[in-house]
Amino acid sequence: MTEPIVKPRRKNPLLRTRLPTSPPRARSRASHGFTRAAAEGRFMLQRCGACGTFCYPARDACPACLSADLVFADAPRRGALLSETTLHVPADVHFRERAPWRVGLVAMECGPTLVAHLHADCEEGQPVVMSFQLDKSGQAVAFAHPERETPNMADDRQWREMTADPKFRRVLVTNGRSIVGQEAVAALKAAGASIVFVGVAEPWKPFRGEDALRAIEGVQIVPLDIGDEKSVADLAADIGGKVDILVNTTEHVRAGGLLDRQGTSVVRDEIDQSYLGFVHLAQAFGPAMRMRGSDGVNSAAAWVNILSVYALVNWPAFGAYSASQAACLSLSHSLRAELRPGGVKVVNVFTGPLDIDWFQTVPPPKVAPRVVASSIVSALKRGLEDVFVGDVAEDIRQRLAANPKAIERELGA
Amino acid sequence: MQSSVRTPYDRVVMAVPVTIPYVRYSIESAQWWIGRALKALVDGAGIAPRDIDGFCVSSFTAGLDSGVGLTQHFGLCVRWLDTIPLGGASAIAALRKAARAVQAGDARIVACVAGDTNHVDSFRYTLENFSRFNQDAVYPYGAGGANGSFALIARNYMRMFGARREDFGKIAVAQRSNALRNPDALMKAPLTLEQYMSARPIADPIHLFDCVMPCAGAEAFLVMGEDVAASLKLPAVKILSTIERHNAFGDDPVQVRGGWTMDIGELYTMAGVKPDDIDFVQTYDDYPVISMMQFEDLGFCRKGEGPDFVRQHDLTIDGSFPHNTSGGQLSVGQAGAGGAYLGVVEAMRQVLGQAGPTQVKDARIGLASGFGMINYDRGLASGAAILAGPGS
Repeated sequence: MTEPIVKPRRKNPLLRTRLPTSPPRARSRASHGFTRAAAEGRFMLQRCGACGTFCYPARDACPACLSADLVFADAPRRGALLSETTLHVPADVHFRERAPWRVGLVAMECGPTLVAHLHADCEEGQPVVMSFQLDKSGQAVAFAHPERETPNMADDRQWREMTADPKFRRVLVTNGRSIVGQEAVAALKAAGASIVFVGVAEPWKPFRGEDALRAIEGVQIVPLDIGDEKSVADLAADIGGKVDILVNTTEHVRAGGLLDRQGTSVVRDEIDQSYLGFVHLAQAFGPAMRMRGSDGVNSAAAWVNILSVYALVNWPAFGAYSASQAACLSLSHSLRAELRPGGVKVVNVFTGPLDIDWFQTVPPPKVAPRVVASSIVSALKRGLEDVFVGDVAEDIRQRLAANPKAIERELGA
Repeated sequence: MQSSVRTPYDRVVMAVPVTIPYVRYSIESAQWWIGRALKALVDGAGIAPRDIDGFCVSSFTAGLDSGVGLTQHFGLCVRWLDTIPLGGASAIAALRKAARAVQAGDARIVACVAGDTNHVDSFRYTLENFSRFNQDAVYPYGAGGANGSFALIARNYMRMFGARREDFGKIAVAQRSNALRNPDALMKAPLTLEQYMSARPIADPIHLFDCVMPCAGAEAFLVMGEDVAASLKLPAVKILSTIERHNAFGDDPVQVRGGWTMDIGELYTMAGVKPDDIDFVQTYDDYPVISMMQFEDLGFCRKGEGPDFVRQHDLTIDGSFPHNTSGGQLSVGQAGAGGAYLGVVEAMRQVLGQAGPTQVKDARIGLASGFGMINYDRGLASGAAILAGPGS
C-alpha cells in the first residue's frame, strides 16, 4: 500500500536547493515512437504489418518475419509481473540519489517482455497494466501499474517522478479574468494544489467571477499584465521561487485574417499578448523553474500552455490569431527543450473554439472552459505533453495526420 | 535440433596461456594491456612478432580502434584478422575461428587476445553505451546495469527451481578459497558464507559478493598447427570440441537456460567424452546464478537440479567438482572482455599441468564455457570448449 505524501514544510531558505539531474536520455530514432505515445498518454507497441507480431524494444525489422513494415499501434495494456528487483546501487547520479528504485520484467499478454518501472503496489506474479510515461529526461519509459485502484495510488514515489501532479504544488494561473483561468484555478485547487496564484492585470478593476475566485481558500490574486515585461518581472521577483506549475491562460482572440484588416495594430496586439507575453513569462519564470526541478515533493514540475488547435494549421476566419498561436507553439518547443535539463514538462493543451464571447459567431461544437480546466489537471496527473480537448481539436489532429493539404483547402473554403 | 557431423580439430592446438595480472584501476589504455599480452605471447613462444600472421582481439575499451587499427599500433602484419565483440563468449568464439583458420591454412600462428583497461569512470561509460536495446529499454530503468538485469533473472530462477542465496553463496565462497591460492587474484581476503549472506544488497537478490569487480587486465593464447608447436617445443593443448550459440530460446519469457542446451549433445559427441570424464569446469561466472545454470545446461545435472548439485559437491580445487579454479571473475576480477578468456586460459594451464598453486591433481580433460552480451533482458551469446592436455 502506498503511504500518502505529506505536505512539505516551508522551505528553509538557507538550505541548498538540490539540483536536477537527468535519467539516461539517449534513445534510438525508432524508439521515439514510444515518446509520441507517452506524450499523448497512449500505449503503443510496434506491430508488424506483415505478420501481426508485436515486438519490443523498438526495432527496424520484425523479429518474426524480417518485414520492415513495423508500425506503432495501440496495444493491449495488460501483462503479468514476472520478476522484480530493487536497485540499491544504481550506476548514475540521478537514480543513485533516488535509490532504492524498483523495476521489473513484465510479460505482455500480446507477446513481448518489457523492462518497466514499477508502481509500489505491483506484486510479483500478478497482473499489471502498462503505460508509457515521459521521465525527467523527457524520454518515454514503460511503467507498470497494479491492475486495480489502490489507496493513495497517485502518491507513489516512482509514479510522482513521471507526473506533474498538482497535489501540494504551488501554481500560477496567468489570467484570472478569463473564464478558462477561473475554471483552471478551481480545478487545480480541487486537485490538491497548496496555493494558486492568479494573475490579474489592473486588479483594482472588478471583473466577473472575482468574488468566487477570492472565496477559494489558498487562492492569491496577484498583479500581472503579461504584455508588460516589467509587470511579469516584478511578479517573478516576488513569487518566482515558489511557482511549481505555471498555467498560461492568456487569451487574446480576434477574428479575421490579413486582407479585411486595416494596418497592423490588431496583429501587433495579438503578438504582444500571446507571443511576447509568453516570452516575458518564460524569461521571468523559466530559469527558476528549471533550477527547482528536483526540489522535493513540491519541485517545479510543469508549464502548461493553452493553445488553439489552429496553431497546427491555419484557419483563415481567424487567420492572424491562428498565426499568433503557431508562433506560440513553435516557441513552446524551444521552451520544452530548454526546461528539459530541469525535468520540467511543457504541456500543450490544444483546444477547438472555446465557448466564450470571442467565438460568439462560431457554430458548435465548442469547448466548455470547465472541460479545458479538467483536461489540464488530468494532463498534469498523467504526465502528458500533448492534449487535444474536444471534438474539433481531435478532428483537426486526425485530418492533419491524414492529409495536410486537404485540411488546408477545407479550412480555407 | 539436428546434430551435424563436424570436422574434428585435427593437428590444431593452443599454446602459451598468458595472463597479465589485473589491477583494480589503471591509468593505462586498453592498447597498453593488449600490447603487454602480445609481448608475453611472443616471449612465451620464443617467436618474433612477425611470426604472428593471424590476430583476433576483443576489448570494450579500445575506443575507436578495431583489430585493423591495432595491427598498425602493434606493428603486426597479418593475413587473417578478427575483432570479436561478444563479451563473455569472446574467447570461445576466438578459439573456434582461429582453430579453423589454422586448420585451413589461412594462418599459421594466431594470437587471440582480450584486454581492457578500467579507468575510474570507464565502467559506467560501458554500461551507458552497451547496446541499442540496452540504451533504449534497460539503462533508463534505474541505471542498474548488469546487476539489475541479472537480478531479474536470478529472482525468477530462485522462485522456479528453489535455489537459495546460500546455494549461490557456496559457489562464491568456494571460488574465493580457490583464489586465495592464485597470487594474481585481486581478492586476497577469505570469504565466509556468513559474510556472503550479510553483504549489502546491490539489486535484490544480488548482493555484493554476487558481483564481479571490474578491473583492468589482459589474457591471451596462441592457436597454431601441432607441427608448429612441436618445432617451437611448446606444450600444446588439444581442442576436443567446441560449441557456440546466439539468441537461443527467445520465447522463454525470462532466461532460465542458455544456448548451450541446444548444442550440448554435440559438445560431448564431438569430444568423445561424457560429463563424468571432465576433470574440472571453468564456467562464466558473472554471477553465481549463471554458473549454476551452466552446471545444468552443460550436462552435469538436469534443469532445475542446479541448487542440489551445488549442495552435493565441493567446488574447490581439491573438491569433488573443481570449479573456477583460479577463483573466477568473482574473486580474480573482471577485466572486461578478458573475463571471457579467464576460464579458457586457466583451463589451458590445468591440462598442461602448469597451474601451479591452483593445479587440480591429474587434470587431463577440462571444460571452459563463455556467456555474454545482455543485450536486452538476457545473455545472448554462449559457447563452450572441451580441452585436453598433450598426454591424453
